[in-house]
Amino acid sequence: MLSAFAAVLRRDLTLAWRGRADVLVTLAFFVVVVCLFPFGVGAETNQLRAIGPGVLWVAALLSTLLSLHRLFAQDHADGTLEQLLLTPEPAALWVTAKIAAHWIVTGLPLVVAAPLLALLFDVEQEALGVLTLSLALGTPILALLGAVGAALTLGLRGGGVLLALLVLPLYVPVLIFGAGAVDAFLGGVGATAHLLLLGGGLLGALALAPFACAAALRIAVE
Amino acid sequence: MRDLNEKDLRGKSLMRFASPQVFYPVAGRFAPWFAAVAAVLAVAGLYVGFFVAPTDFQQGEVYRVIFIHVPAAWMSMFVYLVMAFWSAVGLVLNTRLSFMMARALAPTGAMFCFVALWTGALWGKPTWGTYWVWDARLTSQLLLLFLYLGYIALTEAIEDSRRADRAGAILALVGAVNVPIIYFSVQWWNTLHQGASVSLTKAPSMATTMLAGMLLMALAAWAYTFATAFWRVRSLILERERHTDWVGAELERLGSR
Repeated sequence: MLSAFAAVLRRDLTLAWRGRADVLVTLAFFVVVVCLFPFGVGAETNQLRAIGPGVLWVAALLSTLLSLHRLFAQDHADGTLEQLLLTPEPAALWVTAKIAAHWIVTGLPLVVAAPLLALLFDVEQEALGVLTLSLALGTPILALLGAVGAALTLGLRGGGVLLALLVLPLYVPVLIFGAGAVDAFLGGVGATAHLLLLGGGLLGALALAPFACAAALRIAVE
Repeated sequence: MRDLNEKDLRGKSLMRFASPQVFYPVAGRFAPWFAAVAAVLAVAGLYVGFFVAPTDFQQGEVYRVIFIHVPAAWMSMFVYLVMAFWSAVGLVLNTRLSFMMARALAPTGAMFCFVALWTGALWGKPTWGTYWVWDARLTSQLLLLFLYLGYIALTEAIEDSRRADRAGAILALVGAVNVPIIYFSVQWWNTLHQGASVSLTKAPSMATTMLAGMLLMALAAWAYTFATAFWRVRSLILERERHTDWVGAELERLGSR
């Protein structure tokens, strides 16, 4: 069973490595969105410091959203998805592998880049660890929830906009606890509660989302 | 043979209504009654609310919007639960009518959600001095509206009705799991962000006439939901079953009238 997981993971990572440029677009989008905010709200340092964590989180959320359609679209187009659904392996297993690969390719770079970008907003350096940790716990949740949306909208016209409408309300709690973790840390309350809730959310999403996603894929393909 | 059939039907009398052909006339018979009840109750409720109920000593006349606002808010949340329930029934028992019921309910739920937000904004301006605050209840109501719109958009975007039903059902269930999480997270976020929040439940003790008006309006909202859902499900049944003989006969009957 684990070999199937590893095989799908390795396959998706290899495919992503062969098309590196596609992957970098997500990261570039993240950087560009973050850099646009000072132009919109003004470059006053105190203000930037206050909105920094929130901006990084919203940008990470939008970048994740933008990359979601890549999760199943290619496999759907060339028939791989049908073959995977026909295998005796449990669908939730390889769906989890695909989501994990997707997160490593699109989510992990955001987590790594976020502390650097936070410096542009003059976020206090002690808070960078909390910011990174909150993103590391939160972006996998975004990928898991988004995968359900991506499976539901697979192959639909106008799927991208529809996907945003479906998924964004579900992202709100993650955004609240993610951005809230940094605020709580800076406010002296401590980020433990937020981070624990994010961790709990991650485990919950990990337990439920792959099954919903697999069911949605079955519906989309049949 | 005939006896056996009747016995069979009596044995699973409730499941009998899961057949679109059986449910279609039943819905048609009940819908006008529910509509009439809704109209009567709404007139009575509005009369009690706007003319009989006393003026609130804190908020003056403006509080009267709650007679529309609160029932709409209750209904919008309840309809989502009912939608999720029918979606789950549909996915488990594979009954087509359950999916149709869920889809027939969605526009009514979205409408109530919008009404609740709109009347809330109109009430907020004179009371709080602003149309909108990022209060926990307002925000989660707004997100509920997005969930409704997402459901409607998804089911309308998929042309194959079988796939649309099932995809919508999964979305409704995922949304139902998330509604409490969204509500509590927004509440927590709200308390973190704005010290003392404005309380919506300020009414110290509600006069009996106020309560009566609100209950009448709530019942009117229920009856209205039944009526619109039944009418909408009838259209859905006709559309889905158009290849069957009985729909052909029914359409001819409707056409000749």
